[in-house]
Amino acid sequence: MKRHVFSGTMAAMLALLPLAVMGETKLVLDGSTTLGPLAKAFAEYFMQQNPGVKISVSESGSGNGAKSLINGTCHIATMSRAMKPEEVQAAAAKGVNVVAHIIAVDALPVLVHPSNPVKDLTVQQVKDIFLGKITNWKEVGGPNMKIVKISRDTNSGTYECFEELVMNNEKMANDVEYVGSNGAVRQRVMSTPAAIGYAGLAFVDKKVKALKINGVAPCPVTARNKTYPIARPLYMYTNGEPKKGSTLERFINLHKTKKGREIVEEIGFVPAD
Amino acid sequence: MSPPQANRSGLLLSAGAQRRQRVARMLGQSFLFAVASVSAVAVLFIFVFIVRDAVPFFSWERLRGFFTSTRWYPSGSPPEFGALAIIYGSAMVTVGAVVVAVPLGIAAAVCLSDVLPFGARQIIKPVIEILAAIPSVAYGFFALVVFAPLLQEHGGRVLAVMVWLLGLPLCALAVLVLSDMLSRLAGHHGRKGPQGVIAAILGCLFAGLLIWLSRMAAAVQIDSGTNALNVALILGIMALPTVVSVSEDALQAAGRELREGSYALGATRAETLLNVVVPAASGGISAAVILGFMRAIGETMVVWMASGNAAQLPQPFYNFLMPVRTLTATIAGDMGEADHVTGSERYHVLFVMALVLLLISFGCNSVSEWIIWRRRKRLGV
Repeated sequence: MKRHVFSGTMAAMLALLPLAVMGETKLVLDGSTTLGPLAKAFAEYFMQQNPGVKISVSESGSGNGAKSLINGTCHIATMSRAMKPEEVQAAAAKGVNVVAHIIAVDALPVLVHPSNPVKDLTVQQVKDIFLGKITNWKEVGGPNMKIVKISRDTNSGTYECFEELVMNNEKMANDVEYVGSNGAVRQRVMSTPAAIGYAGLAFVDKKVKALKINGVAPCPVTARNKTYPIARPLYMYTNGEPKKGSTLERFINLHKTKKGREIVEEIGFVPAD
Repeated sequence: MSPPQANRSGLLLSAGAQRRQRVARMLGQSFLFAVASVSAVAVLFIFVFIVRDAVPFFSWERLRGFFTSTRWYPSGSPPEFGALAIIYGSAMVTVGAVVVAVPLGIAAAVCLSDVLPFGARQIIKPVIEILAAIPSVAYGFFALVVFAPLLQEHGGRVLAVMVWLLGLPLCALAVLVLSDMLSRLAGHHGRKGPQGVIAAILGCLFAGLLIWLSRMAAAVQIDSGTNALNVALILGIMALPTVVSVSEDALQAAGRELREGSYALGATRAETLLNVVVPAASGGISAAVILGFMRAIGETMVVWMASGNAAQLPQPFYNFLMPVRTLTATIAGDMGEADHVTGSERYHVLFVMALVLLLISFGCNSVSEWIIWRRRKRLGV
């Protein structure tokens, strides 16, 4: 008798479990570490406004985000670069229709240690530093120290943007150090007096110094009006246009709402106009 | 005395029972064999899949470029896949890790098995094994956040400390051995007075040498704390528990009789250790060294976070203070972009790197097996 009661209860619980799970909507985001803080802030706000929606944000790099969207393992691919033609082709081959939404605009500040007296550089000087033509800080008005160059790894949208806008697709010197995330770039620069690196605008704080490039300091205004030379749009890609009124559509359009723009500015990006 | 009409069939199984038992035994044996061979089959499958995806990269120019060029630009146009600097980086940090882990590990194992009292061994061995349980990402985090800035700010001082740590025991040993040899040559062997004088003079000489070396080390400026030295030290600490555990087991397995026989012949503890016990355990100790080597070469997280990931050959070749890139970190770092559909050469070259690592592991295993086989043959066991 006792055994029957126990197994009956277990069976009932197991039968009800799918119902408990079915009541939730899940949204999976994957992709860029630059967009990470923004995606997480959006997710937090959205989950607060809509209980019953579970949003998970992964940051494995823009390239991985595109792959996830193509393979169907995420709903939204957050990318800090546009999808490459090969990625769009691969998506079409799998029946995935990629639609781009520009969520915000980012500027790539060039970061140095706060103790470094250098205040600004030209794009050409930054390029020469990363090419290995300029090797010592004294050549650009700094102290007599060998420049330690920190770059994002080739997996990242931040890297590809820097490669395109600063390096003009020329190959960096072979003593450039590669790190795995924007946070790691900031960590290396803030602990190495001779370092130079680049990350997203969201990662600038008191512990690192952002240089003026061509006389223009990176900030939301200069990013939006394109006077800061190293600026790029930030994307969220979906599989097809989101259905009107669906959770996905409301999340994608969050950046257009007043609260969404506030969040974007709080994080340090520029709302897309 | 059993009765003449004893029922013999009570002691023998019937034919049916015999058949059932035979079937059950076969089933049991096949099941255990299948379970045991799963691991062998898994390794075989890994090998097959890696070779299958590495083969498309194979062509004479590409392989030649892979092994001889140091230009690693997988995302450039045109892309270049020269992995010489990366293979050298892997070799460099592994050699560094082995240099750190093997002497320390064997010395620790000898201490644990023969020198320290049993109570100390009971406490110290579990503590060393806890070092093996720390996740490698924790080591990597420590290397990046604590050790790299330390090397950058106080690099000279850290190097000077290392010179003293390594130099003091070596110099003490050298003083003892040399003073003994010199006093023997001078004909004063056995007399403590003259030997003491020689030892004092040699001690001053070696102390002066150490001070000079440490002054030179303290003057070194380390530009970047994420370099081969950082990673080699951390990898050495990671490989240490493996080396200590396996060596210590090998030393214990040498047996009490061996040690007691040696003492009975009048040998001192040092002579027993150096001439009897360690050679007897040499097979196990070589296995420990090779295990430590394999642990160091296969480590990914620590090198990805703290080695600097610069695909360059250090100038000069023994310069551990420059950032390097290893095979494992390259595979981990480039995996995301190297999608099968969007750039096949970039994808397949990562499998070639994985194949190189796999072949190195197989090579190490074979060497270890050969050492054990040769020892067994020599001992006639």
